[in-house]
Amino acid sequence: METAVAITVGIVFGSGVYLVLQRNLMRFIFGLILMSGAVNVSLFVAGRLTRGAPPLVPGGASVPPEGVANALPQALILTAIVIGFGLVAFALVLLLRTYERLGTVMTDELTERLDDPKPVPGFGDDDALRSDGAS
Amino acid sequence: MLTAILLTFLAGGLAPWAARRAGASAGWLFAVVPLALSVYFASMLPRVSGGITQVTPWVPSLGVDLAFRLDGLSLTFALMISVVGVAVVSYAGGYMKDDPLKPRFLLILLSFMAAMLGVVLADDLIALFVFWELTSLTSYFLIGYKHEKDESRYGALQGLIITGSGGLAMLAGFLLLGNEVGTFRISEIVAQGDAIRASGVYLPAFVLIALGAFTKSAQFPFHVWLPNAMAAPTPVSAFLHSATMVKAGVYLLARMQPALGSTDVWFWTLTLVGSATLLATAGLSLVQRDLKKLLAYSTLIALGALVVLLGVGGTVASEAMIVFMLAHALYKAPLFMVAGSVDHEAGTRDVTALRGLGSVMPVTWTVAILAGISASGLPPMLGFIGKELAYEALLPALLPLVALIAASVAMIGIVGQVVVRPFWGRRVEAPVERPHEAPASMWLGPLVLALGGVTFGVLPMLLEPLAVPAASAVYGAPLDFYLKLWHGVNLPLLLSILTVALGLVVAFAWSRFQPALEAAFGGVRAGPAGVYDAFIKGIPKVSAATARRVQSDNLRDHLVIILGFAVGLVGLTAFLRGGILIPADALVMPSGTPYEWVVLILAAGGALATVRAHSRLEAITALGVVGFAIALVFTFFAAPDLAITQFLVETLIVILVALVLMRLPDGLLRERTGAVHRLLSGGIATVSGLLLAGLLIAVTAQPMDLRLTEFFNAASYPDALGKNVVNVILVDFRAFDTLGEIAVLVVAATGVYALLRRVRKQPPAADQGAPGGPEGGP
Repeated sequence: METAVAITVGIVFGSGVYLVLQRNLMRFIFGLILMSGAVNVSLFVAGRLTRGAPPLVPGGASVPPEGVANALPQALILTAIVIGFGLVAFALVLLLRTYERLGTVMTDELTERLDDPKPVPGFGDDDALRSDGAS
Repeated sequence: MLTAILLTFLAGGLAPWAARRAGASAGWLFAVVPLALSVYFASMLPRVSGGITQVTPWVPSLGVDLAFRLDGLSLTFALMISVVGVAVVSYAGGYMKDDPLKPRFLLILLSFMAAMLGVVLADDLIALFVFWELTSLTSYFLIGYKHEKDESRYGALQGLIITGSGGLAMLAGFLLLGNEVGTFRISEIVAQGDAIRASGVYLPAFVLIALGAFTKSAQFPFHVWLPNAMAAPTPVSAFLHSATMVKAGVYLLARMQPALGSTDVWFWTLTLVGSATLLATAGLSLVQRDLKKLLAYSTLIALGALVVLLGVGGTVASEAMIVFMLAHALYKAPLFMVAGSVDHEAGTRDVTALRGLGSVMPVTWTVAILAGISASGLPPMLGFIGKELAYEALLPALLPLVALIAASVAMIGIVGQVVVRPFWGRRVEAPVERPHEAPASMWLGPLVLALGGVTFGVLPMLLEPLAVPAASAVYGAPLDFYLKLWHGVNLPLLLSILTVALGLVVAFAWSRFQPALEAAFGGVRAGPAGVYDAFIKGIPKVSAATARRVQSDNLRDHLVIILGFAVGLVGLTAFLRGGILIPADALVMPSGTPYEWVVLILAAGGALATVRAHSRLEAITALGVVGFAIALVFTFFAAPDLAITQFLVETLIVILVALVLMRLPDGLLRERTGAVHRLLSGGIATVSGLLLAGLLIAVTAQPMDLRLTEFFNAASYPDALGKNVVNVILVDFRAFDTLGEIAVLVVAATGVYALLRRVRKQPPAADQGAPGGPEGGP
């Protein structure tokens, strides 16, 4: 089954890479989400797949029974999922802010818009924009 | 020796504190430092012939020691530095009497002195390099001392750039040489001259080291920095830029002569560069009318002569080089100080504006005449002996001989301008009202040095205990010779007479041709000076153009390069080197339950659908499908903790994405990308997907090393009393990782809050015109 999951991981990862290479920052973030999911599963596969035996110590015993799933990659992935979430959340809000200030989400337009921002009206705190524009 | 250098550095460190307390007498006070050094080094004279070595380990792991070695050559330089240093420091006390920055000046000057002593005493190439760069750095600060002036900053930077670049080339040469010989100890390298000359690194090492020497000693075409260094206060010019630092390159060549010398390359490089320096600077000196610039060009002439003598090599040339150099130090430093005194007391350094100062500055004029006779190479001065020896040594080499004669003619012209013209005549002319004699601090030192030139000229045998071991060190084998003032009528003497005759003509005609030459060439910045300016101006242009090409401001271009390289280079190498081995049985259709297949197909399909999504709803849905499918994969394969986390996180991400997307117009998801770029990113994406899948298949086909997992399984309950092994790993065994993870989340959350806080705030319609910054409040 590892092979099938590995191929799926490859498809998801490739889709993520394709999206990351786009001009649209929104699609860039989609790519980021897909890539981080794919990387998590690839760690999981590398630790081998086990069905139906989570790494738990049964009551009364002091060690888990033979043949439980590999606990180490699970611990690593748990951290990775949470960190990935933090990254995506921050990137999303940054994107929102960028759009609001500059009026675009296209990477190749960002620099020129810095000199000539086209803020989106009715979109958050306009007084901050106004004071920047006046200075 | 290490102690002497460190104490000098220490004295420099104390200078700011002590000079403030000593006030006007600070110059006398600090002249004690070089005086003590002079006495110390003079006391070494009887013991020097065999060389004295002193080693302190510095970086033993790299074979770099603070090794010092005192032989004839080092001692000559050390005495030159400390004796001229006495005169310069005491002179500086008077010259900078009212300067509030004098303490800082003394600090740098004494630090320079310590570094310069390090250069000439070091017996380790790396130590020599470090001291060498310290002299460049202190020179930078001293040239730029009047930092509010443009020309000071320009001169300081130019000196640093030229000598610093040469220093780096020299370091490369040192490393080549040290690598070849197997040691950085100079005395050991010098002993293996034949092996070095026969090896393949000889030529590159020689060229690199010569570059260091030529830049430091201002040889053509690197001579441009020295005249501009005249922006420094005069004591600095007298000390660094005539008597000591600019001779560091000559010292290096002399030191390396036994190792690198006596080859055709050595002979031709040094004689040609030295001759070019002699001729170019002799010609350029004719245009000048600033006292210090004139002296700077005469210093360049002397440096050219020293390099030519080293290039020719042999017994007489080695003697001539040492005597010529000592004579130069004894006359050039006083001449500079005379120029400084004239500037100080009469208000200008422009020779055309000065007349008749001899009657009001008699002592200064006496110093000038004594030094000037030596500079002109007339008897009975040491300069005469040096020049006679130089002519004799160069007799077999026609080009350098002609160049030296031409330069000596120019030198006499310069002496006429510096020593005669400002002082001659009855009527006093100067920009200041009443020019007067300089204070004792400003003539005592120069007078002693100039008298030294007379004494050693009349009684040259006094110099033999120093000159004989020094010339032996240059030659590389023990020499035995006697110095004489009068050699009888011979060819060098006839050449000297010719030189003096021509020199007098130049000196008398100077006031006629100089204005015409200055009018014609004064503003021209062609040649090396123009190249330097173009180079400095070119650097920002080239780097801006490079940055525009390489540093695109488009995120996508960077990612294409990074991912393209990662995928292309890493993937290719992995495949070519057999890093990815896919066994045949891995490709046999695996057994899986229908649920599992459905979930995998959903994940892959969701990912592809995200790529193709054109509307917000499509994108959110597709992303959600992938995320929840991954959560199900975790569920099926015995990872309940992961599944729960993934479900929660995925839900949050979908909500967040939806929140953000709903604020953006729907059309924004559209991608306008050209076909070429689509193909490129598609290629990179496909290869990266294949690479990851292939790697995973290859990895899972290998046997699994479960030692760590077994440790955690066994230790989880007995050590941490936890029954969920995953949780125990997270909160016990890797607790600090988890703490770090929490910290990252807090940082991200803070960032999100800070960014969102502004978005949430509604625009206050009432007080639109009211002042109030963006930080006005929540």
